[in-house]
Amino acid sequence: MLAKRIIPCLDVRDGRVVKGTRFINLRDAGDPVERAGFYSSEGADELVFLDITASVEKRRAIVDVVSKTADAVFIPLTVGGGIDCPDFMQELLQSGADKVSLNTAALHNPQLIEVGAARFGSQCMVVAVDAKRVSGTGKAGFSDSGSRWEVYSHGGRTPTGKDVIDWVIEAEQLGAGEILLTSMDADGTLDGYDLDLLAAVTGAVTIPVIASGGAGTLEHLYEALTRGGAHAVLAASILHFGTYSIKDIKTYLTARGLPVRPTDIERHLDR
Amino acid sequence: MSEVIIIDSSSANINSVYKAVKATGLGAKVSGDPHIIRTAEALIFPGVGSFGHVAAQIRKKGLNDPICEAIASGKPFLGICLGMQLLLEGSEEAGFADETAAGLSIISGFSKRFPAGLPVPHVGWNLARPVINSPLFTGLEAGAYFYFTHSFYAEPTDDKHVAAKTSYGLDFVSAIQSKNLFGVQFHPEKSGPAGLRLISNFGKIVADRQ
Repeated sequence: MLAKRIIPCLDVRDGRVVKGTRFINLRDAGDPVERAGFYSSEGADELVFLDITASVEKRRAIVDVVSKTADAVFIPLTVGGGIDCPDFMQELLQSGADKVSLNTAALHNPQLIEVGAARFGSQCMVVAVDAKRVSGTGKAGFSDSGSRWEVYSHGGRTPTGKDVIDWVIEAEQLGAGEILLTSMDADGTLDGYDLDLLAAVTGAVTIPVIASGGAGTLEHLYEALTRGGAHAVLAASILHFGTYSIKDIKTYLTARGLPVRPTDIERHLDR
Repeated sequence: MSEVIIIDSSSANINSVYKAVKATGLGAKVSGDPHIIRTAEALIFPGVGSFGHVAAQIRKKGLNDPICEAIASGKPFLGICLGMQLLLEGSEEAGFADETAAGLSIISGFSKRFPAGLPVPHVGWNLARPVINSPLFTGLEAGAYFYFTHSFYAEPTDDKHVAAKTSYGLDFVSAIQSKNLFGVQFHPEKSGPAGLRLISNFGKIVADRQ
């Protein structure tokens, strides 16, 4: 049975791991290669590097981080942040990334998803969606539950006017292999994922959805994977500051009856 | 030290395979040169992307014959993901009847798409359970989780070629074996300690042959 994935997310700026609350207040959380190795040895199923380096000139540092990580860490690695052309995708994939995550550039030019999928395969193409709840129950165009979400670009700074559900369906049709869905309202709050958003998106596409933003307790992760319908959960704050370990998470999810990859994986290295 | 040639199939994951093979202590070199493939002691054939595209690339580079000769001579050979599917006759992905996109036809059978209703691609960690006593799965006999990402699965005509199975809606073939020829649907290079163990087992098969 397919295991539910636990994916630590490392926000990387100028080659260092940082994590903020509601997209601001960045705090230093360590060396990316070291953190990646640590999470892998703990039983992380995958890793995401989100490059939030502000300047274009310094952006190439992520290639080096990816290459060094891939020398020592043998689990799937996704890289996102500032990826805007197939050549950069290729460079990252050749450096050892397994998937690239597109966000703002795909919103400006949706064909980028199609071109990337044709060249590297859909399994390489993750589309990251930053979603913000729009209030206004009862207005025209709102779903029955009264919930609607708008896609934001530029790291959550710019409203696009695009509806989240329309956009994830379009991304899937263009060849996206996975959706990385972040609730901007919940991100960094530790109050739990936006389950309505998750359920709406997982109900709209057949490709796997990775839930992101808001996890503060083990119960939150369980809810995202069950009620929310997510295939995987992205976790940052609760891991980086040591609230829970990957093992704590997997032990809990196993006890709640969800399939996970066991964390006693090092036994395979006895030879 | 044994050296494995990783066939340059122009796939995006070549470097990851190279790095994982090196991490197990095996010698490795990436090459798309027919002569080097002919003279290799052992080969790894990685592949991601679309069946028809990669099949055409291999043919264009003149690698079909060297690969088939290496396998026929009994050299240890490991196909990964699409590199396993290409060992069969063809795939639903490329249209079964399209000769320009035919597989290497070393193992009889075709690759099929997962049935409608299942989330596709099948992405993530799943359990591969060996169904025979295979040297590739030494230390992994009880089954182990490996990383998969694919929409099509190989269906060999003859059960004797089935080395491991995995459940995803249905039981599909996640590893094949025929003497020194091995194929895995998952990505051992991205499957943590279990994956490194499998690659290391392949290295032992190479070493034992010498």
